[in-house]
Amino acid sequence: MLVNILIGTVAFALLAPIVGCLLAGLDRKLSARMQGRVGPPILQPYYDVRKLLGKENAHVANTEGVYIVCALVMAIFAGGIFFGGGNLLMSAFVITLSALFFIVAAYCTRSPYAELGAHRETLQVMAYEPMVLLFAVAFYMAAGSFNAGAVFGLEVPAIAKIWLAFIGLLFILTIKLRKSPFDLSMSHHAHQELVRGVTTEMSGPTLAKVEIMHWYENVLFMGWVGLFFVWGNPISLVLAVVVCLAVYFLEIFIDNNFARVKWQSMLKWSWVVALICGGINIFALALL
Amino acid sequence: MAFASKSPWVIHYDGSSCNGCDIEVLATLCPGYDAERFGVINTGNPKHADIFLVTGSVNEQNIKVIQEIYNQMLEPKVVVACGICACTGGIFHDCYNVIGGVDKAIPVDVYAPGCAVRPETLIDAVVAGIAALDEKSKTMKNTKKRGEE
Repeated sequence: MLVNILIGTVAFALLAPIVGCLLAGLDRKLSARMQGRVGPPILQPYYDVRKLLGKENAHVANTEGVYIVCALVMAIFAGGIFFGGGNLLMSAFVITLSALFFIVAAYCTRSPYAELGAHRETLQVMAYEPMVLLFAVAFYMAAGSFNAGAVFGLEVPAIAKIWLAFIGLLFILTIKLRKSPFDLSMSHHAHQELVRGVTTEMSGPTLAKVEIMHWYENVLFMGWVGLFFVWGNPISLVLAVVVCLAVYFLEIFIDNNFARVKWQSMLKWSWVVALICGGINIFALALL
Repeated sequence: MAFASKSPWVIHYDGSSCNGCDIEVLATLCPGYDAERFGVINTGNPKHADIFLVTGSVNEQNIKVIQEIYNQMLEPKVVVACGICACTGGIFHDCYNVIGGVDKAIPVDVYAPGCAVRPETLIDAVVAGIAALDEKSKTMKNTKKRGEE
């Protein structure tokens, strides 16, 4: 098990940035097309990160850089645990730890914009965390184990039993990917009432690390989506990838068609959805 | 390959202009011209920006603001003076409160004249600014290398 996770972590650390970068480039290209524009090249996120790495290294607070490195490393571990077939619950906790380091990095700069962004990021964590935990529990009830690797022993994919939890996960995925209408803490698009929210004070190489962290996060979340569609048959992996791409397209579509909501609605609706989708699904599985 | 020229993020500040150039700058950055094709993003945050677009002349009140934004930007950075007022003070040059062009406050790399400056001129100026950005990032890299030795 440990060997699997180690191999998974190394493979995730090396391969996820490539996939994540291409996904981010596809995102910007598709968004541009949806707005009737040509859009940047697919490799634009890579160019951005290379440029940021070449810029002057400056910090508003000395500890900011350390927290961001911790957030990045935790994101890699979370992905390694998941793709190594390890404990899903552990993966969810470690990625939350990564999110917390990111929030602390914003708080330590003492900038009003970054602090407000960090407040909202905290609210976002509060909004999506119940559903993430219910998703892990629902997965346990469907697969008989918290281990992600257990899906390969299934005869029918987990989606057959926990499709309601899948809908719940889709809802909070928009928050996790920081897409509109839930891009409260920081918007990927220019100009916002908070300037750039959480990342306002992060610049140059630090901002590059934040971007790379988002690539890792996105690949991990797409892995969670794909998990529902994998069973004993190896062809199911292809199906999972196709579903992931479809879900990512749906997220871009939502991003381009909805205005940002207030944090009150986000918190209320994400908990309502978690309770209905996650709760009813788990209750039904417990009765059966 | 220099990546500075592949993703020039801009910030826009309006000095004491009549708002004509201001509107032209925003029109240039709007989806119609689709500047994102070349990686241009309008950031609104000096810490993320590479190119500083200034419209209007410098006066006693805004000189500190312009210098503050410039100082918050990280090297390599480039300043484009957009419109004749930003270049020389223009029609307002002899007003009692006007100091002059942007170069009275911070070093300017590209001058884009016009009243109001046309989007075509602005695009040309940003392209010239990108070349200057590339030059600066190369110099920065070389000094870094020499510093390490």
